[in-house]
Amino acid sequence: MHFNNATSSPHMMRDDGISQLMLQVLIALIPGTLAMFYFFGWGLVFNLIIAISVAIATEAAVLKLRKRALKSTLLDLSALVTACLLALALPPLAPWWLTVIATLFAILLGKHLYGGLGFNPFNPAMVGYVVVMISFPREMTFWLLPSTINPAALNIGETFNLMFLSQLPATMSWDSISSATLLDGIKNHLSQDHLLSSLASNQQLSALVGKLSGTGWEWINLFFMAGGLWLFKKRIIDWRIPFGLLTSLSLVSLVFYLINNEQYLSPLTHLFSGGIMLAAFFIATDPVSASTTPRGRIIFGAGIGVFIFIIRQWGGYPDGIAFAVLLMNMAAPLIDYYTVPAAFGKRDEP
Amino acid sequence: MLQLSKFKGGLKLDGHKHVSTMHAIKQARLPEKLVIPVQQHIGLAPEILVSVGEQVLKGQCIARASDGISASIHAPSSGHISAIDEQPVAHPSGLAALCITIQTDGKEQWCEPSPLAESYRERSNKQLLNIIRDAGIVGLGGATFPTAAKLQSCEPEKIQMLIINGAECEPYITCDDMLMRERAKDIVLGVQVLQQLLTADQTIIAIEDNKPEAILSLQQALQKQAIDNIQVISIPTRYPTGGEKQLIKVITGKEVPANGRPADIGILCQNVATAYSVYRAVFLDEPLISRIVTVTGDAINQPGNFEVLIGTPMSELIEQSGGYTDNIAGLVMGGPMMGFSLPSDNLPVTKACNCILTQIAEDTQSPPAQACIRCGECTDVCPANLLPQQLYWYCSSKNFDRAQDLHLFDCIECGCCSAVCPSHIPLVHYYRFAKTEIWAQEKERQKSDNARQRHEFREARIAHEKAEREEKLRLKKEMLAKKKAEEAGQPGDSDPKKAAIEAALARVKAKKDAATEKPKNTDNLTEQQQQKINEADQRRQRTISKDEAK
Ligand code: SF4
Ligand code: SF4
Repeated sequence: MHFNNATSSPHMMRDDGISQLMLQVLIALIPGTLAMFYFFGWGLVFNLIIAISVAIATEAAVLKLRKRALKSTLLDLSALVTACLLALALPPLAPWWLTVIATLFAILLGKHLYGGLGFNPFNPAMVGYVVVMISFPREMTFWLLPSTINPAALNIGETFNLMFLSQLPATMSWDSISSATLLDGIKNHLSQDHLLSSLASNQQLSALVGKLSGTGWEWINLFFMAGGLWLFKKRIIDWRIPFGLLTSLSLVSLVFYLINNEQYLSPLTHLFSGGIMLAAFFIATDPVSASTTPRGRIIFGAGIGVFIFIIRQWGGYPDGIAFAVLLMNMAAPLIDYYTVPAAFGKRDEP
Repeated sequence: MLQLSKFKGGLKLDGHKHVSTMHAIKQARLPEKLVIPVQQHIGLAPEILVSVGEQVLKGQCIARASDGISASIHAPSSGHISAIDEQPVAHPSGLAALCITIQTDGKEQWCEPSPLAESYRERSNKQLLNIIRDAGIVGLGGATFPTAAKLQSCEPEKIQMLIINGAECEPYITCDDMLMRERAKDIVLGVQVLQQLLTADQTIIAIEDNKPEAILSLQQALQKQAIDNIQVISIPTRYPTGGEKQLIKVITGKEVPANGRPADIGILCQNVATAYSVYRAVFLDEPLISRIVTVTGDAINQPGNFEVLIGTPMSELIEQSGGYTDNIAGLVMGGPMMGFSLPSDNLPVTKACNCILTQIAEDTQSPPAQACIRCGECTDVCPANLLPQQLYWYCSSKNFDRAQDLHLFDCIECGCCSAVCPSHIPLVHYYRFAKTEIWAQEKERQKSDNARQRHEFREARIAHEKAEREEKLRLKKEMLAKKKAEEAGQPGDSDPKKAAIEAALARVKAKKDAATEKPKNTDNLTEQQQQKINEADQRRQRTISKDEAK
């Protein structure tokens, strides 16, 4: 009997592929997303819808232009993950065009300009985020008051009108519904030569302070962390990047906190503020743009943690996650180059 | 108790071992025709001793190991040689190779054996090694490196530990497992022969813990004979723990240096089946003419193990296993991780053939490869501690230098990386391709290096010869000058110094004359004439250089 389907060894391959990995990432995002929805309302849902539809449409258009197989690439779900991360990172009341622009840039500039999935040196979601952050700084700082302390939470219709038609309900003004994030507020507070211990005197700010960090944010972070740990348990993500990121951020902030706790926030506040857990478990762990060597990944994560602290503390932007990630993306090839592990039996060599 | 270590990476694989361990080892039927490839081992081809038409007896040497690393081939059964020619063989390259075909006579007539049995203990190492060498024994774990050469290449005093490899970590393969279950006593005898050759302090038979029957059987064999200098060790089942270097790491915690051999750290490994062949060779004077082959997979009716004569067509084994099931789609020699696809089942079983794996369609179709997402799963599982992802990157872009910097040649082609890649990239395929390319380039370079060396050598010789000629000429002239001076009867002028000076002057003048002297009638030539002269000159030049080359 003759056979003409010679394959190369190994003759065993895993059954699942990229799409299953991505699907699990999407599933792991659910708890954090629900928490965000609880605290920030319908804006997030609209963000998700916009980002996802733009991402899929753009991806399909590009694939068509590049004459690539539409189905298999679209089905890898990576565009969906990018869209979701972006939607979760943008302010929940961002005007619709902001999300559209961010997503377009993420997919086009961040991903396909470099040749598509696997070839992008930068995290696509963060590319999109930084583009709008630089272009529309004002829109990017408008966060809502978390629902638990917000006397005038918008319903679905009001949110729609605001995001798509820039119409506020008659009785409300921008100032009454929007709020800076805790980090942003504290930065302002400190820049006016106040001390942290005098936060209580600032009514608006003290309402934002929660048990671990900011009201609402602490829960959001905890839920994202739970999703991340699940991914880790399922061995979808490597422990090294989140570990490096969270450890370095804790250590650096601890050092400064111990030196002067009137000027510097506690490690706990840092860890559970803003999108840290989302960044640690979902954004920084994007394998394509991260370092690939085992030691390199710890360094990569740690670098992001340090940059986040620096930008938060001394930078001009309220949160530095996106910049920190992009900076370390840039450093990844270099890190890889210098962290090649010793091959088996070569450990004793220099 | 021995403290076991772990090697980095590796995979926990589904063993599928029970598929083929339901029945005892069966004797495969004697086929009408045995096709025996001459080259079944790593090293030099042996020298063929028979010719077409000749009668041979079972066990008769039909090709003798040449000097150096080589292995002999014996007639697996009696009959006559019906052909010596190129036949398709089971080899990754798919090329045909020189084979000796024996038309069997069914008599199974042995050539006179002279078994040593227990008296081997009185034999010297040299004698024992000769027996092993003459029996054509090669490593049966897959490498097929001639065993005698492996034993000879180490200094026996330096070996502190002998490891008998019964790990058999590849899924589906059970030939060693069954051998250990059924012939433990003989294996132990073979191991004792090896022990005598090596004087190792410690001898360990290492078996993966998914083979409890084999472990028990060997332990019982040792107990029965009250042997306490051989230890049976159960090691955790983890692919590729049967890799020599991985096994050593597990047992001793030591890493064999990347470019070194186990002997460098005082260890020698032999496969269980090899030890068994040593037993047959030394105790029974039977050369390596058969081996145990697992016929298994998802597309065979009665999977099992066979004791098969080398040269038996695989199709015979398939038939004796109840034939293929309807969903047969492919055939692999070896295991699913490191075996290679066969183009047909009409190929002879060789010493290297431990398993014939039948595949169903799902096993033969790999999903289309997608882009590498740099997830690093391959890195996590690589037992050689390489960066498969980066290796892939450089191999596919043909940046072989960088691939070698990343230790491409330390890759043992275990296949773990490909097996876990979520993008289904056939990584090992790229490494193999790169290795072959690099070898080819290396060969080319060596060739041109050789050519350059030859050329330089020739130049040097020519220069040397020229110098010699001149020297001779000079001496001759000197002699002449001297003679002349003597003849003239002027004693004063016979001063050798002066003569030499004169001779030198004469030489210079002669040279000058030669340089200024022009061939006659060369002025005012037509172009055609000039060309003809040039051609003639070139011809002469060529013949001269040819002569010089001689
Ligand atoms: S496992 Fe595959 S996709 Fe992942 S890094 Fe390795 S080669 Fe790339
Ligand atoms: S095939 Fe080579 S690179 Fe891949 S896991 Fe095995 S040793 Fe590592």
